[in-house]
This record gives sequence, C-alpha cells and structure tokens, in this order.
Amino acid sequence: MSGRNHMKLCFASRSENESFARVAVAAFASQLDPTMEQLDEIKTVVSEAVTNAIIHGYDSRPDGVVTIEAWIEGDTFSMSVSDEGKGIEDLELARQPLYTSRPELERSGMGFTIMENFMDEFEVFSAPNEGTRLVMKKRIESKKALYN
Amino acid sequence: MRLQVELEQHRNVLVVRLKGELDHHTADLVRFKMEDAILRGRCDHVVLSLKDLTFMDSSGLGVILGRYKQIKSRGGKMAVCDVQPSVKRLFELSGMFKILALHDSERSALASLEVVS
Repeated sequence: MSGRNHMKLCFASRSENESFARVAVAAFASQLDPTMEQLDEIKTVVSEAVTNAIIHGYDSRPDGVVTIEAWIEGDTFSMSVSDEGKGIEDLELARQPLYTSRPELERSGMGFTIMENFMDEFEVFSAPNEGTRLVMKKRIESKKALYN
Repeated sequence: MRLQVELEQHRNVLVVRLKGELDHHTADLVRFKMEDAILRGRCDHVVLSLKDLTFMDSSGLGVILGRYKQIKSRGGKMAVCDVQPSVKRLFELSGMFKILALHDSERSALASLEVVS
C-alpha cells in the first residue's frame, strides 16, 4: 500500500459499542493482511481500551464520547483511543498487572497488561479531569511480502 | 444476542456453555445467570465449556475469576474445556490455568470433577 491511510471513529460511551469498535477497527486493520492471531490481538486491545474509557474515564455514564483514530503506514498499524473523562491519577499504579481501581465491578486488572503484550509500542497520556489517550503501534509483517 | 449462556446440571456439576462474545457488555449476563444457579445450590462444581466462545477480553477474565471465588468459597472446583486459541492465550497471559484445570472436552472435565466430589 502506498502512502498513509487513516480513519476516525467517534461514538457514545455505551457498552454495546464495544463490539462495534472491535469489528470496525479490525476491518480497517485487515488491509494489512494480518493473521487471525494478529487480528484477535487488535480486537482484544480495542475492547480493553474502549472498556477502560467507558468504565474508568466516564464512570459508566453513557453521555461521553470515545474517539478512535487509526493509521496504516507501510507495514505498521497505529491507533489512538481517547476519552474526555476524569483521567488517571496514578499511571504507574494503573499499569500494574492485577491492579484495579474498581474491584467491586469484578475487574480483572489485566487490561493494561494485555494491551502492552499485544502491541509493539504502547503509551498512555492522561491528566485528571481532562481525559486519557492511549497511543499504540503494531507491526504486521505482510504475508504477501513473505511470499515475494 | 451477542452472547448466549446455556446452563446444564450434571449431578452436582453445573455445566456452563458460553456462545458468542464475552466482554464488558455481556459479562453481567454471565455473572447473574451463574450466580443464580450457584446460589440455588444444587451444584458443587462448575465446568465452563467454551467451544463456541469466539471472543473474550479482560472483562471476561474478571467475571470468571468472580465465579471461581464464589464456587471455591463453597468448597467446589472449576474447570474449563474446549477453549479456542485466542481465549486460551488470554487465560495463559493472566495465569488462570494455575487455578483452573484445562480439559479437551466436557466429558473429561466432568469426569475429573466427579472424582473429587
């Protein structure tokens, strides 16, 4: 693919949009001809990021907006997931495996760990009462390139 | 419905078949259906049968962990069977197989629990 491709998606912070976001982003990423495993990883990461925005960013209020932007450039898939919610106070703590700020909701505390494991690069930008933005990258070695 | 929860009782074991996608949106359904069945109390153990579970994220891990704690506090065990590769990876990543036994089929999962009961 020549040049850079881009998409942007904004939707209400409602849990029924989690599957919509997974499917939409996976369809976009499919342009890189990923394996099933890579596509599952991307879907899982989208699900974690959007769920975090809804539960933690907006405290499960349905009137927030979640924004996903994704880019394809060369063999690299990049994505940002942002909310304008309450932000994360202690980023280091939030990134600890098994830590959850909402144990009463039966959260596993594995969201950040999964995102970090499934993507090649992962960064979090957050400020209290301004929101959170996750930025990540994944290289998809094209099957086409391997055959040539 | 994006997720179907099918419950079946085999003697003192509750077999839970999940079909579809288990995420934050569908986790409550699993929680309430399983909680209800466990509290009504004819089951000691649980088998999670996941052949048709096509997607799961950390919200799914959370609800499974919650039911594991519930059944364990009543002295029971939980086993999983027929797990798809993507779901298996998530279980591995989170160390769930340290507490849940993995089986190839419902039959072998049931057999393992009937021995302990």
